[in-house]
Amino acid sequence: MSEYVIEMLNITKVFPGIKANDNITLQLKRGEVHALLGENGAGKSTLMSVLFGLYQAEEGVIKKDGEVVHINNPNDANALHIGMVHQHFKLVEIFSVLDNIILGAEPNKLGFLQKAEARKKVVALSEKYGLQVDPDAKIEDISVGMQQRVEILKMLYRDNEILIFDEPTAVLTPQEIDELMEIMRNFTKEGKSILFITHKLNEIMAVADRCTVLRKGKYIGTVDIKNTTKEELSRMMVGRDVQFEVEKKPQQPGDVVLDVQNVTVPSKLHSNNAVKDVSFQVRAGEIVCLAGIEGNGQTQFVYALTGLDKMSHGKITLLGHDISKMKIRDRSKLGMAHIPEDRHKHGLVLDFSLEQNLVLQRYWQPEFQKAGFIRSGEVRKYAEKLIAKNDIRSGQGPITTARSMSGGNQQKAIIAREIDKNPELLVAVQPTRGLDVGAIESVHKQLVAQRDAGKAVLLVSLELEEVMSVPDRILVMYEGEIVGEFNPKEVTVEELGLYMAGAKNMYRDVGAKAEEKEGNNA
Amino acid sequence: MKKGMISVLASVISILIGLLFGLLLLLAVNSSQAFPKFGEMLTAGVSEMPKLAKVLYQAAPLIMTGLAVAFAFKTGLFNIGASGQYTVGAFCALFCAIVLRMPWWACLIAAFIAGAIWGFFPGLFKALFNVNEVITSIMFNWIGMMAVNLLCMNLKQGGKLVMLPIAWVPSPIKDRTADLSYANAEAIIPRAGLDKLFNSNYMNISIFLAIVVALILWVVLNRTTFGYELKACGFNKNASTYAGINAKRNIVLSMMISGAMAGLGGGLYYLAGTASYNIQKVLLPMGFNGISVALLAMSNPIGCIFSALFISYIQVGGESLQPVFAKEMIDIIIAVIIYLSAFALLTKTILSKFIRTDKSNVNDESKAAPATAAEPPKAVPEEAAPTDGPAKSEEKEDEEK
Repeated sequence: MSEYVIEMLNITKVFPGIKANDNITLQLKRGEVHALLGENGAGKSTLMSVLFGLYQAEEGVIKKDGEVVHINNPNDANALHIGMVHQHFKLVEIFSVLDNIILGAEPNKLGFLQKAEARKKVVALSEKYGLQVDPDAKIEDISVGMQQRVEILKMLYRDNEILIFDEPTAVLTPQEIDELMEIMRNFTKEGKSILFITHKLNEIMAVADRCTVLRKGKYIGTVDIKNTTKEELSRMMVGRDVQFEVEKKPQQPGDVVLDVQNVTVPSKLHSNNAVKDVSFQVRAGEIVCLAGIEGNGQTQFVYALTGLDKMSHGKITLLGHDISKMKIRDRSKLGMAHIPEDRHKHGLVLDFSLEQNLVLQRYWQPEFQKAGFIRSGEVRKYAEKLIAKNDIRSGQGPITTARSMSGGNQQKAIIAREIDKNPELLVAVQPTRGLDVGAIESVHKQLVAQRDAGKAVLLVSLELEEVMSVPDRILVMYEGEIVGEFNPKEVTVEELGLYMAGAKNMYRDVGAKAEEKEGNNA
Repeated sequence: MKKGMISVLASVISILIGLLFGLLLLLAVNSSQAFPKFGEMLTAGVSEMPKLAKVLYQAAPLIMTGLAVAFAFKTGLFNIGASGQYTVGAFCALFCAIVLRMPWWACLIAAFIAGAIWGFFPGLFKALFNVNEVITSIMFNWIGMMAVNLLCMNLKQGGKLVMLPIAWVPSPIKDRTADLSYANAEAIIPRAGLDKLFNSNYMNISIFLAIVVALILWVVLNRTTFGYELKACGFNKNASTYAGINAKRNIVLSMMISGAMAGLGGGLYYLAGTASYNIQKVLLPMGFNGISVALLAMSNPIGCIFSALFISYIQVGGESLQPVFAKEMIDIIIAVIIYLSAFALLTKTILSKFIRTDKSNVNDESKAAPATAAEPPKAVPEEAAPTDGPAKSEEKEDEEK
C-alpha cells in the first residue's frame, strides 16, 4: 500500500481572471496532521474544494491509496471517507444536533427513521473522543464551539478517515482551541489523517507534523514541522520577513474623544441586559481594547455605540457632541468609522462590485456624486487607489463581485474603506479575524498609525495575542460589565484570562462568593 | 459586457425551447396544419402594418408593468400587486379624462400618482411592521379591482352615472366605461400621424413613452446615488443600515416607484381610445404578465422593452392560429414560454458554466465569443444587460471567507 493516503498531483484550477491553483501537489500521509498554510486568497480553500468534489480541477489527478480516483461531488468524497468541516458551518439551525449529524446518512428501515440506533452511535462517538454535545439541543441554541463539535461528529458518524478542517479555530475561544488540538491528536493516534487549513502559525507548530505552503496559487514547498520555525514558515507564506511584535512608540494620550457613561443595552435574547452600566473613555492618540470571551456584551455595546441598535440608558459623547440618539450617518459625519464584526452582514453588500463597496460610506459625498448622479470615473479612480494601497486581491479588480472575493480580501477592503475616512474614532471589531500573518501585521500597523496620528481607536478583540500587543489600555468585559482595566505591559495572559472567565473582578469581590458556593457544596 | 451577452442568450434560449414545445403541441393535435400555422404565428406580427401596430400598442403597458416588477426585484422586493396598481392607475386616468375632462398628459400623471399610492401601502406595511409585501400586494390587487368596479358603476354627478356611456349617449351598456372618443377626445393619447402610417387606430405614441420611461429607470438604477441606495437596501438591508442609509424609507419609495410604473401602464392602455374599462370579475392579467416580462428580462429595465415586445408579438401572432386550433392553444404556448422564462436564470447559470469551461479548455476568449454571437434572432444592444438579474451572480472564485 502506498505511503500516502491521499495525493493531489499537479492540480490546476482556473477561475475567470485568476489561476486559483497552479500546478499544486499535496501528499497526505496516513495518521498525520498536515497543515495547509497560505495567505488569504492563496488557493487553500479552492484546493480543498477540489478534493471534496465541490470544484473540478482542469488539470492534475487525485489518488487515494495510490489509485487514481475521480471526485465529482461531495458524495463521491464521502464514499472515499473524506470529510470536511467548513469554515462556515453547514448546519440546519432549527434541527437538533442528532438530526444534523445523521442528515444525509439517515439510518432507516423501510423508510422509517431509526433514530435510537443513530443516537447510540453518536453518544458512543462523543464519549470516545471527548466531544461533549447534547443530541437533543437545537443548533441555534448552542455555542459556536459546540456547533463545531457537531460538524466533527458528522464526519466521524460517516466513518471518515481523512478529515479536512477549514480554518477551524477562527471562531473558537482560546480554551476551545486547546481542546480542538487535543481532539486532533487523538484522531491521528487512531490512524485518521487530518488536513488542517489555517494561517495561525502557533497552531501549526503545536499540532501539525508537516506543512505545505501555498502562495498566490502556487506551490512553495512542504516542510517537516520538527525542522522548521515560525519565522521560516511565515517567510515561505508571505515571501518576506514578517514582524510579529507590534512596534509602538510611547505616546501621551490627548483629549477625550469618546466618553461612554453608564450605557445599558437590553438583550434581544433574554430579559437581562446585554450591556450593564458600562462607562469608560477613549482619548486621542490611544488604542483601547475591549477584551473578553465572545458573547459577553461586546457586540451589543458596539451596536449601541455605532447606532445600529438603541440603548436603554446612558450617554455617549463623541468629541463633545451627545451622540446617544444620533443617526448612523451623522455619527459617521462626526468622525466615527466602524469595522464591523460580521463582514457579510454589515460590512459589505456582497452582490455589489468591489468599487461599489469601497464607496459604501462616502458615495454621497461631493467627490463621488454630482446632483445625485454617481461620478463613476471618480469611483473607479478611488477604488483603484485603495486597491493598490492596501493590496486587495481579486479576480477582476474594481468590478469584481464582492461575493466572489476571498474572506481575507473582503476584510482588507472594509478596513481600507473605514481607515480612509480618516476618522477621529475608529471602532474596530475583530479586525484581524480570518486574516493571515502578513495581513494581520498590516492591520496592526494601520491601527497604530491611527493612534500615532492622534486619533482614538477602540479595538474589540477576542485574540489574546492581539489584546496583549496592540492596545495602550485593556478593558475586560464579562457578562456585560467591565470587570477590569489593565496596562498591557503590566499584566500577564493568565491574569487576563481569569478576568475574562469571570473568576476575578476589580470592582467587586467575586472570589468570596465562589468560595462560599464551594463551601456549601462540601 | 460578456455577462450581458450571456443574460440575453439565456432569455433567447428559453424562448426557443418554449416555441419548440408549442410546435410539438400543435403537431400532436393536428399534424398536417401544424407547420404552416406555426409559421403564420411567428410571422403574423410583422405580416401587415395594423398587426404590427397592435404589437406595439399592447407592448407599451406590458413594458410598464414589467418595469414595475423589475424595479421592485432590483431593490429586493417582489411586487405582485402590479395588477391592482395597473387597475387603479387606469381608473384614475379614466376618471380624470371622463369626469374632470383633463388632457391626456394630466390623466397619465394621475395614473402615475394613483399607482404610486397603491404601491405605498404594501411598502409601508413592509417597512413598519415587516409584513411580507407579497401578501399585502395580493390583497391590494383585489381591493383595487373591487373598488374600481364599485366606483365605475356607482359614481354619480348631478344624478347621472358619469363613468358609464349613458352619461353621453343613450345606451343600455352598464358594464364598461364610456368611450373616450365622445366623452373627451382630448384625453386620447396623441397618434401623431402614426395611425395613418400604420393604418391602424391602435397606433399612438405610448410605446415611445414607455421606452423613454424604461431608459430613465435604467439611469436611475445604475447611475444615481438614489438607485445605489435602493439596490444596496435590496441586496443587504443590514449593510445599508450600517452605511447610514434609511432602509425603511427606501422600501416605501421602491414600492411607490414600482406602483407608479404599473399605474402609468394602466393609463397608457386605456387612454389609447380603443378600449373601455370592462367591469372585471378577475384580476387583469396585464399586471401578472409584467412578472413574465421582468423575469425574461432578468429585471433589466432595458431588457423589459425587448421582452415586452416579444410577449406582445407572440400574443398577436397567436390569434392567427384560429380557427384551425382552439383559442386555448395559444394561451398554452404563451404560458409555456412565460413559464420557461422563469428558468432564464437557471439557463444563465448553465450557460456561464458551459462558456467558462469552454474558455479555460482552449484558454482563448475569442473562441467562446462567436458561439454566443452566432445565436439568432433578437439583437439587443450591448448595454442592454450590463448588470445582473435579481438573484446572485454565479461565479464563486476563491471562497476563503
